[in-house]
Amino acid sequence: MLLKVENIHKRYDETEVLKGVSLEMETGQSKVIMGPSGTGKSTLLRCINYLTPPDEGRVLVEGTEITSRNLNRMREKLAFVFQDFNLFTHLRAVDNVAIGPRKIRGMSRRAAHELAMRELERVGLSERSHAYPAELSGGQQQRVSIARALAMEPKIILFDEPTSALDPELTGEVIAVMKQLASEGMTMLLVSHEVGFARQAADEIIFMDGGHILEQGPPAQLFDAPQHERTRQFLSRIGQGGEAA
Amino acid sequence: MIVEIIISQMPYLLHGLWVALQLLACLLALGLVLGLSLALLEVYGHWTLRWLGILFERIFRGIPAIVLLLLFYYGVTDFVEIGSFMAAVLALGLRSAAYQSQIFRGCILSVPPGQMQAARAMGMSKMKAVRDIVLPQALRLSIGPWTNEFSSEMKATSLAYVIGVVELTRQAKYIISSTQGNILIVFAVVAALYFIFNRLGNWGLYKLEKKLAVPGFEQRGDA
Repeated sequence: MLLKVENIHKRYDETEVLKGVSLEMETGQSKVIMGPSGTGKSTLLRCINYLTPPDEGRVLVEGTEITSRNLNRMREKLAFVFQDFNLFTHLRAVDNVAIGPRKIRGMSRRAAHELAMRELERVGLSERSHAYPAELSGGQQQRVSIARALAMEPKIILFDEPTSALDPELTGEVIAVMKQLASEGMTMLLVSHEVGFARQAADEIIFMDGGHILEQGPPAQLFDAPQHERTRQFLSRIGQGGEAA
Repeated sequence: MIVEIIISQMPYLLHGLWVALQLLACLLALGLVLGLSLALLEVYGHWTLRWLGILFERIFRGIPAIVLLLLFYYGVTDFVEIGSFMAAVLALGLRSAAYQSQIFRGCILSVPPGQMQAARAMGMSKMKAVRDIVLPQALRLSIGPWTNEFSSEMKATSLAYVIGVVELTRQAKYIISSTQGNILIVFAVVAALYFIFNRLGNWGLYKLEKKLAVPGFEQRGDA
């Protein structure tokens, strides 16, 4: 098992956001977490790489539990793509991608640069390699941030609503890159409401509600024959699952 | 007559200016290193260290420069033998550190938290993230406010004359007493020298700010 998330609990003050969430991922799988807002999806993703340390529960990557001691080493295996990109504003696109390999993986400047150029090529941005983030469109910035994640050669990439900050016309280019990664066998866990991506590229949809996983299964099953009333309601609200509603 | 006096005394004035610039360089360097350390301590440090940093900063921001100079010259020399130049570097440099710490603290805090998160999420240690991601951005932001500190400290070097540092203002006093009078013209020349070097310094700093500005990243808000 590549990723094992066991019984994660997280509370902020009085509210318990995650009430014991567990999930597993095999190498090469991609899963999409969906559900109403405020239901703990992003918190779950942030708990998995300890950006928000869980109050209870464990996260294991390739059988090793994440602890405060091995945190940095384990995070190299768990790349994270943010909703608002968070590219390093003072670095050119290529240096945003190269800085991880250089400063964390200890690669030489030249090797890191070459790797970064290859990753930018992979997301279709090799001509923009010398642009600064502020000179790129939102879709381009998100693709650079995906290249930055890839350059760490992670075991799994966590995507936190990667298209939510983008204009509808720009989401397509990001979705295309993510589909391509999924087809190449990258292990991906997404929080996203992109039904098109979920139907075509995901192995499994995880539906969360109120800090729990309510149901999970292959897209066809979850979208077309959801078991729970809450799932049906949610799907009809985002314009899916017509017959069931 | 007056022109002759100014020309003949110019070497003394220039020497005074040179001493003032040395004092400025030393005190700003001390202030920079210590101020940046204090700022990092105040933002990222353990609460005890942070508390010490804040205490230091409150003390040195709360005492007039001239009183600090007198304290360091007469007070500290009772215990440790230091010359007047060294006393001035310490008094003004520590005070500058307190001010600079606030410049750097503000700039570090104005780097969006997502930058640190993205660095940590990749597996960077906190130290590396501060050094390679936060500081390069914060220091760029700090050049503008730092020009203020440069100007104030350039002018504050003149205060060192009260403890006998023979800098520009003290040279002017010497010239006035040895040539009996000419107060206005001598101080006018001195004022011009301070003014010129102030402008030169700020001009260089603004150039640096422009050179290091990140393309497309608008920080000056000229709408």
